Amino acid sequence: MVRFENVGLRYGLGPEILRDLSFLIPAHSFQFLTGPSGAGKTSLLRLLFLSLRPTRGLVNLFGQDVSLLGKDQVADLRKRIGIVLQDFRLLDHMTTYENVALPFRVMGREESSYRREVIDLLRWVGLGERMDALPPILSGGEKQRAAIARAVISRPQLLLADEPTGSVDPTLGRRLLRLFIELNRSGTAVVIATHDITLMDQYEARRLVLHQGRLHIYE
Amino acid sequence: MSRIGDEHAPLVDLGNERPQVPAQARIMSPIVPRASISGRALVAVVAIMTFLASITTGTVLLVSASAAEWQSEVSSEITAQVRPQAGRDLERDAAAAAEAMRAQPGIVQVKPFTKDDSAKLLEPWLGSGLSIEQLPVPRVIVARVQPGTTLDLAALRSRVTQVAPSASVDDHRAWIERMRSMTGATVFAGIAILALVIVATIISVSFATRGAMAANRPIVEVLHFVGAGDSFIANRFLRHFLRLGLEGGLIGGGAAMLAFGFSESIASWFSGTPVGDQFAALLGTFSLPPSGYLVLAVQALLIGVITAWASRRTLFATLDDID
Repeated sequence: MVRFENVGLRYGLGPEILRDLSFLIPAHSFQFLTGPSGAGKTSLLRLLFLSLRPTRGLVNLFGQDVSLLGKDQVADLRKRIGIVLQDFRLLDHMTTYENVALPFRVMGREESSYRREVIDLLRWVGLGERMDALPPILSGGEKQRAAIARAVISRPQLLLADEPTGSVDPTLGRRLLRLFIELNRSGTAVVIATHDITLMDQYEARRLVLHQGRLHIYE
Repeated sequence: MSRIGDEHAPLVDLGNERPQVPAQARIMSPIVPRASISGRALVAVVAIMTFLASITTGTVLLVSASAAEWQSEVSSEITAQVRPQAGRDLERDAAAAAEAMRAQPGIVQVKPFTKDDSAKLLEPWLGSGLSIEQLPVPRVIVARVQPGTTLDLAALRSRVTQVAPSASVDDHRAWIERMRSMTGATVFAGIAILALVIVATIISVSFATRGAMAANRPIVEVLHFVGAGDSFIANRFLRHFLRLGLEGGLIGGGAAMLAFGFSESIASWFSGTPVGDQFAALLGTFSLPPSGYLVLAVQALLIGVITAWASRRTLFATLDDID
């Protein structure tokens, strides 16, 4: 599904922050991406999400060399990827329900065709009573759950999550991890970037460890 | 949890938690909120530009119509002048020339100006009580040509000069040419002003679009995250700008049409004044025909569409930058 070969990344003329990354993310796989703060976890997720292009090396996503893709093809590929960012990126003028339903609107689906699905997921993540609330009045944890719900609602083939349980209590963190595991069992490859050891200890999965710009894989 | 591709099965199974009440249809907020695009200034700019463009077009239409009227009037007339010549009888020559003109095929009416008529024509310059016999004043004969006929001017000239050697025939071609150049210059100036107005509109719209895109950058980024293509994002903005453009076009075009509608009344306020007389001479009755109003309506619509087009162009360029 994802193949990196000797990938390097630098910002501008600065030093290379990711060096010689070569790895595979198979379909239906589950992995934690970890490493100390500033190790480049978010940059690697952005490479996987095609919002950054590598300085060197080959990135192959869903069988396509990303360096050859046009803007429309990138947009099509992104429809197959869900992403949860640390800053949530919810739209403040839309309700929680509308934020979560956004991927379906972009796909051009009728509201009636996904209404039940969105409401069920919002209840699952504990936002059943906050469906009509606007993001500015949601707590950090609620925003995070809304962002997760938006990322998984369209059942992407690849889910990327950057510190997805950083703002929630341990009980809710376990519930969200269960959501990711369920999503993985239904066929989605999952990459969770975290430095939360407790979270990683709750589920036996492959670990990709970034250290000083290099990647070490523990199967 | 269901498998990927099984779109109708629920993503999560709530079990007993599933609510029994069916979900109500929701009114979804627009993806790009209308309030986030500061449209009032843009509507004002487009309205002013449309008003200026409409006034220009209307004036060009009026001048062209008046000029066409003058041209058709002037080109349907020819004038013969019989000059006094030593040893010849001016009266007899004038009568013979008039007779020769009457005999020319295509001429429907001949009106020789008498001595008194000539004195009256010269009155503004020479004053009243003029004794025309003391002056070598030529005699003028005006003939009306049947509309749609091509007059054989060479034959007429030769026929008239045969009977009155001092006569000359003028078909006003020089005047018509000058009239044509004046109308052409007016139309050209009108088109130049229109072009400037359109360019100014495009520039204003581009600035407004860039401003709107900058204000809504977070929305654009999120839309990119959820896989929206540039066309999808641009269309969300475009509908706002098309609406703003049409609103501005309607206000500006409507105001211009009202101005032309009341122009006859306005012209009557100035009638009798030198300015009013000049305008009446240049623009005739100052009333725009129904086809003129149609042209103004189409132009207002066109400016609305140009606004949307300019916005779309800027949208795609800005989306490239954001990506």
